[in-house]
Amino acid sequence: MSKQKEAWGSRVGLILAMAGNAVGMANFLRFPVQAVQNGGGAFMIPYLVCFLVIGIPLLWIEWAIGRFGGKYGHHTTPLAMDKMHRSRIWKYVGVFGIWTNIAIAAYYCYLESWTLSYVVHSVSGSFVGLDQEGVAQFFNEYVNLGVSTLGIPLEPIVFFVICLLLNTYILSKGLAGGIERVAKVGVPLLILFGIFLAIQGVTLKAGENGAINDSAVGLNFLWTPNYDDLWSPGVWMAAAGQIFFTLSVGMGTVHCYAAYVRAKDDIALSAMSAGWMNEFVEVVLGSFIVIPISIGYLGIERVTDLVQLGGLGLGFKTLPYLFFQWGETLGAISCLMFFGLLFFAGITSSLAMGTPWMSFLQDEFDWKRKPAAWTFGLITFVLGMPTVLFFRYGVFDEYDYWAGTVALVVFALLESILFAWVFGMKKGWQELTAGADIKVPGIYKFIIKFVTPILLLWVFIGSLFTPKNGDWAAAFSGHWELDNSSIIKKLMNSGLKEQLSLATDPAQMQLIENQIAFGNAARLLLAAVFVVLAVLVYIAYKRNLRKETTPV
Amino acid sequence: MNTSALIIMLTTVLFVTGFTGYFFWKVLRTPPSPESDADVENDTSGDSSYLTS
Repeated sequence: MSKQKEAWGSRVGLILAMAGNAVGMANFLRFPVQAVQNGGGAFMIPYLVCFLVIGIPLLWIEWAIGRFGGKYGHHTTPLAMDKMHRSRIWKYVGVFGIWTNIAIAAYYCYLESWTLSYVVHSVSGSFVGLDQEGVAQFFNEYVNLGVSTLGIPLEPIVFFVICLLLNTYILSKGLAGGIERVAKVGVPLLILFGIFLAIQGVTLKAGENGAINDSAVGLNFLWTPNYDDLWSPGVWMAAAGQIFFTLSVGMGTVHCYAAYVRAKDDIALSAMSAGWMNEFVEVVLGSFIVIPISIGYLGIERVTDLVQLGGLGLGFKTLPYLFFQWGETLGAISCLMFFGLLFFAGITSSLAMGTPWMSFLQDEFDWKRKPAAWTFGLITFVLGMPTVLFFRYGVFDEYDYWAGTVALVVFALLESILFAWVFGMKKGWQELTAGADIKVPGIYKFIIKFVTPILLLWVFIGSLFTPKNGDWAAAFSGHWELDNSSIIKKLMNSGLKEQLSLATDPAQMQLIENQIAFGNAARLLLAAVFVVLAVLVYIAYKRNLRKETTPV
Repeated sequence: MNTSALIIMLTTVLFVTGFTGYFFWKVLRTPPSPESDADVENDTSGDSSYLTS
């Protein structure tokens, strides 16, 4: 048995921490862009279906695995999964539950530091008088470690370190005293800020404060359903992908938080409450801020171009300019609220990412909480610095792709197979429903056993062999040419190699060559971290065996 | 707004808000489970502070 004394202070605190873990910047920046690109209002159909048949089952699976592991004193996935079946391979599958968090935290904390920096810049007036190009230029200079508006040398690194120190300090205070306390303040504040901005978003009037469109134009753009897109597998893949990102499943954080729930306490209702709270923030608040405000001031054509850059581009390169159209004071308040909201969304997620590594050290190597928290800060700094220094060479994107995208699908697929087929649905169902405060619908036995793993397999295979331009019709008719966004082509750097073959400018060629070199180096670094963690898991496993066989 | 966009938007928002409110209300209304000796024995966190909601 573990010597752990960590515990959640209250059920509401646990749910807010879980919701805070799930609610991230993607709720506000990625979701509306995905909706616009994948059928508008019609996107909500595959999105909600995927939530019901992938999201909820995965939440229940992860809560159940977590609480199961907690009974044995293992609060992280490697040794929790090892307890689920005699095969020794599962503990190495469980390595994903620590590795993914460390790798994501490395770049996510950098992203989080942008929001903190933008909060300071909102208040200090850096965005006053800048046009949209000016704000975009500000962002580009920032990430390229260019001129510092605040006069702080290497400002992005300073904010990154501040962010890491903040995370480390809160983590060192423990579950109830640190994470839960932040969640209890951060999540309600985030929702309040979101409601304020959503009201601003839906009450825009053309002609007021430089707006060229009513908010209805933006809402039409986002919500008008294009039902033809429903038949595209690409749209369903996008919906399934968004569910992964938004619920933070396939990472190991949910397992870790749930492992601190008492053996006889409910997980079924808590999982539903936290999951739906995330959906509220994403669907209700997320859809009423970025798109309506952007279209209100920039028009549909300009926003259509901007969404091609993704949510980050829209959020960091555009929104400060739009907010300051409301005047200096309201602009500064709105800007502060939006980036403050993103900061709270970010920090409640990054704290969750720090917990598995800390729990692993505490459970398996008897470390104290504080040194465990400091090692997390240090590792995140070391792994994160390449994303800061070599941002323009795509290191940030490389981490995001392998750790923040591919690994989630792989781990979710494997854990669903473990839970439903290896551990067994009978035991799994008992584990899920033990102490449940709601009746879990019986149909979910079937969904968890068949539908979820099959859909996850489909998402994985679809990502591995994505057809060119997402043209599934051509692929199914026999002409299956791989797209450069497929995992296989990504691994081969095909897209960059194509760009290199077409480039004529020596500076451009040099940049692409560097991107390939730094991308490969980033992958090797991430792979090395995985191997080190696997070795640590092996050592922990052996230590546990010795403990179990040593007579007391 | 056009009618189809309005219908989809309102249906989705009400659906999501309704379920969010319902489950959170249920959490608030459910009394904490009593802590038995077996719970404590089984509870590796070893802390009884998980009772207040």
